Amino acid sequence: MMSFTPLAASLFSLLTIVSLILVFVMLGSRWLNNYLIAFTAQCWVVAALSAAVGYYGDYPELYLVALFTVLFRGLLLPYLVFRIIRRMGVDRELHEIIRPSSALVAGAFLVILALVVARRIGLSIGNPDDVIVLALTVTVSIKLIGFLMLAVRHEAISQILGLLVLENGIFLGSQLLVPGMPLLLELVILFDLLVAVACFGVLVNYLITHAGSTSSLQLRGLRG
Amino acid sequence: MNAATAFTVVVLPPGVAIVVALVSSRARAAEWSNLLAAVVCAIAAVGLVVVTGRGGAEVTLGGYLLLDALAGWAILCVALVYLLASIYSIGYIRHEIEPRRLGRFYALFAGFALTMFLAPAMNHPGLYWIAIELTTLVSTFLVGFHRTREGTEAAWKYIIIVSAGISLALLGTMLMYWAGTFELGPRYDMTWAVLHQAAGHGNPLIMSLAFLLILVGYGTKVGLAPMHTWLPDAHSQGPTPVSAMLSGALLNTAMVGIVRSLSILDATGRGTLGHGGLVLLGIVSLLAAAFLIVRQTDVKRLMAYSSVEHMGVIALGFGFGGPLGIAAALYHMVGHSLNKSLMFFGAGNAARACGGNDMTRMGNLLHRLPTSGGVWLAGAVAITGAPPFALFLSEFNTLRAGLRAGYAGVVAAVLVLLVVIFVGFLNHFRGMALEQGESEGEAEPVSRWCLVPMWLALIPLVVLGLWWPTSLTRVFHVVAQGLGTMTGGGS
Repeated sequence: MMSFTPLAASLFSLLTIVSLILVFVMLGSRWLNNYLIAFTAQCWVVAALSAAVGYYGDYPELYLVALFTVLFRGLLLPYLVFRIIRRMGVDRELHEIIRPSSALVAGAFLVILALVVARRIGLSIGNPDDVIVLALTVTVSIKLIGFLMLAVRHEAISQILGLLVLENGIFLGSQLLVPGMPLLLELVILFDLLVAVACFGVLVNYLITHAGSTSSLQLRGLRG
Repeated sequence: MNAATAFTVVVLPPGVAIVVALVSSRARAAEWSNLLAAVVCAIAAVGLVVVTGRGGAEVTLGGYLLLDALAGWAILCVALVYLLASIYSIGYIRHEIEPRRLGRFYALFAGFALTMFLAPAMNHPGLYWIAIELTTLVSTFLVGFHRTREGTEAAWKYIIIVSAGISLALLGTMLMYWAGTFELGPRYDMTWAVLHQAAGHGNPLIMSLAFLLILVGYGTKVGLAPMHTWLPDAHSQGPTPVSAMLSGALLNTAMVGIVRSLSILDATGRGTLGHGGLVLLGIVSLLAAAFLIVRQTDVKRLMAYSSVEHMGVIALGFGFGGPLGIAAALYHMVGHSLNKSLMFFGAGNAARACGGNDMTRMGNLLHRLPTSGGVWLAGAVAITGAPPFALFLSEFNTLRAGLRAGYAGVVAAVLVLLVVIFVGFLNHFRGMALEQGESEGEAEPVSRWCLVPMWLALIPLVVLGLWWPTSLTRVFHVVAQGLGTMTGGGS
């Protein structure tokens, strides 16, 4: 198990917490642009975390991961999503099931749940770093909140962003828990996400040409 | 011949078929190259099972490929369905898709098969995850190929639900790696075998959590209830050969990941939790399928819910565990692959004759489509688990394995649900085969291309139902042994 210097530990904690706060920004925002900006910022924070862990933990390969995260997830993905938003002319979430304010409260409960899980795991491995417990908490929180966003929002773009947020949680956790995990995996995940977004782009096009609306609430023909 | 050669012969032909389909402007070329590829794949897959079934897993390509009996078996299931669906496509797909899009269809079709050949053979859990995600990406375009509103809806649901679901499996994989770092240090080469070896010392709590995440994650892809919601839409909206591939082949490849992870959890000593989880999902799947089969009106959705049922049975087989449970589950896999292809083909023929998937429109099929209707009806009896067909033997042995493992209550519940499904399923078929439907009149005769694959599926089902080959028992034994020890891989 790694142990960090106090400075490194506080830096990691800071970045982790910032990314958690950014999820709440997404959860509370009704405007797709704000959602996208918060997502982009989160990707940059995750990249910064990769670089920081690479520097303090002596994992040079994480610099490459940081670079890839910035390039693909921090620049290219948001650009593509931004273009789709402009093309569709939908600028806000029109189809939320619960109001953003209620969603924030639900999100807070999910964080508490994640904390309980993380503490329980922390106790079972005996005397872990606080950073480890924090990383677990935030990973599980982002995961749960991502699912919450997928469940309560039905705009196509929101769902794509929700999926990407789910993955962000895993990236964040893997930097701190398993920084030595073989590089190959992380690179291919970046590639894979790119493919996914290309794929979503096509689907959004289908939605526009055929359904006339980009809300998945309109897609209710298939039941039972 | 060794396993690596056989595997190469399995994966090369679909690759060639993709190129031919994309480059050639003639639809015939795409059709025939795809069919030829499928034939070669099927022969090579049989060879792969023969080689890997002798025992001793082979790790090749710089440690990236794990060719063991389980991978070989899953690949064989894919290859069989690919072959049947390719034959069927030649007679069927021209009625559904305009000629200029045929090349694209066959390229995607072969690509879908290729990704499904790759996934079970991945030695690295992370790469396995990527391969499974790749199957989703390719098949999404096949599900939405019709570009109708419903097709788009199904494709959208498919990619969103499955991607969100299997992101849980990625988290689970990461946690498994993390549990290994306590034993092996922060950097090690993650393969199934290495994880299995490290599992004995792994933190049981983390391993349990990791397994549950993987179970729910890949379970979404397998179509286990309550994560099955994408499945009926995707299976009913895709072109018929694609439905057969999704149902008969794709679901099995995702099951491989669950089974390998379960064997890792067994090694940590928390196996009871994993087996219990799998049994629970199995029984919930049967329950959901039973309710939805009874009140179904769309014929392809009926088949889709039947897939949920059969994946539940396979989950039960692996969940009960033991050599008998594993053997029954593997037997069920191949039986289901053949039988469900047959069912979708029959449904496709009937839907074409009656102008839609609505079962109320279908009637007098035994009279109007004598051969296709008759074989289809036999297939329906087979898929509900009645003797003398293959699925009867495997379901019977699954239940025996359950009794042996001490799940008497579950076995009783499964029996009840199987009877409900039997009655509900065959009741629909009684209506379609014998009663008057809304659409009447002479149906145009079914093309021979659409009939041959149905016979090709039905005959082995009868043979495997009457006679359980001992050579297969040996292969299953090797699989069970491999899951117990995971020897011969990695480090």
